[in-house]
Amino acid sequence: MTLETILMFALLGAILGLDVVSFPQAMWSRPVVASTIAGTLGGSASDGLLAGVFLEMMALETLPVGASRYPEWGTASVVGGALYVSRSGDATSALLFAMLGAMITAWVGGWSMYALRRLNGRWTKQALPALEAGNASVVTWLQMRGLAADLLRGFALTALALALLIPLTAFAVANGHGDSATIRAVLVAVAASIAGSAAWKLSHGSKHGPWFFLGGLAIGCAMLLGG
Amino acid sequence: MHTLAPRPLPFRTATAMLVRSLAVQASWNYETMLGTGVGFSVEPALRELPGGREGAKYREALARETHYFNAHPYLAAVAIGALARVELDGSMPPAQIERFRIALCGPLGSVGDRLVWAGWLPFTALVALLAYGLGAGPVFVVTLFLVLYNVGHVGLRIWGLRTGWSHGMRVAGSLATPFLRRGPEYLARAVMGLCGLALPLAAARILGRSDMPLAEVARKSVLGPHALVFLLLAVAALLGILLVKLHGRLDGWRVALLIVVLLALHSVAS
Repeated sequence: MTLETILMFALLGAILGLDVVSFPQAMWSRPVVASTIAGTLGGSASDGLLAGVFLEMMALETLPVGASRYPEWGTASVVGGALYVSRSGDATSALLFAMLGAMITAWVGGWSMYALRRLNGRWTKQALPALEAGNASVVTWLQMRGLAADLLRGFALTALALALLIPLTAFAVANGHGDSATIRAVLVAVAASIAGSAAWKLSHGSKHGPWFFLGGLAIGCAMLLGG
Repeated sequence: MHTLAPRPLPFRTATAMLVRSLAVQASWNYETMLGTGVGFSVEPALRELPGGREGAKYREALARETHYFNAHPYLAAVAIGALARVELDGSMPPAQIERFRIALCGPLGSVGDRLVWAGWLPFTALVALLAYGLGAGPVFVVTLFLVLYNVGHVGLRIWGLRTGWSHGMRVAGSLATPFLRRGPEYLARAVMGLCGLALPLAAARILGRSDMPLAEVARKSVLGPHALVFLLLAVAALLGILLVKLHGRLDGWRVALLIVVLLALHSVAS
């Protein structure tokens, strides 16, 4: 991957990372979207979608609730999609290492958001006298500074992650000898368990919720048996 | 009891408030949380106060509106509309406006979290996974998700701003509207049903026709070509039950990361 390509993905990571919390939370940072866009930029929307579906299943349990610290899937999905589409070698091994890279990026991304919030807090404290005086330009300045810092955070995180992970992934894929079908099966089982448990934790308390789940599962399995 | 707005919010002002509310979390921090964002979003309306942007009333109101505030970011639009109305009415003492702001935080946070983060977002994400499982391509899956999600997202923000502005101080009553009261319950059921439906179909599409020896054996069973999917769903169910039991003590994604790391190490070492 060339420097220009990394910078292009970093710009995408910055824009999609911004969507996670700061602006506009339209959920184009969701893995199914972010990874597909990264895949399209990298030359294969279908591969991006495949990586996005895996990451989306894992992200289902993440609730972006206010003050909690959670993995940041926006830039992580760009990294995951970019790593997968830029592979050279076995596709399933590449998927495994792309997922690993994306999950590590999501973890680091969560910490970077925590750091950004503390930085915003420091800026706000410094601006308190002006805020108490009702200074509109300081309010606007704080908002713009927060947006710019988040944009920079996403850009730096994506660029750094790709710069580190591309050679590591290429090395691991070249030296990986795992059985492709087994790797894919394990990834599916893990992702499905996270998605299923997330839905259960969120919704099992609803009236007849477990029955709705079992009903859906029965229809899904019947469609597979019938098709 | 509803009261009519003293005058309609000018379209330009309302649009500016709506656009600004999209960035209500731009300077989110652990001290004032959404405070600065709420002040930023209410500001276009405050320009209507006597004396305009240079007036004392404008400055006092803006200072008040940047104080601590916390709520769900989409439903913060309800507070933004209501606070704009209350500030422009000018009939409420400052201390009462402060109390009103704080009183809005809890309900707007909990209702929004249940309706959007625990309901609408997983619902639309599972619709996208179902579309993928049914064979849809990237453009369709992404467009379906973004359009569906944002119809709810933008609709909720517009509704919030309008409701807040038209009810002002009495906005709390509007939180009892049927879609906010019953919506989370209906969505929770839909999420459960969709999850059960989407997972086997998405898993089957990802796996395709696996060449695992185990899959070959399974294919010869009564379950046919998708036997491996059923087998993996059983494994996923066991792991999922474990994750549900460990809820609050262990995040699922951390377990997934551990498994993926072990799998990666095994792949390189073998």
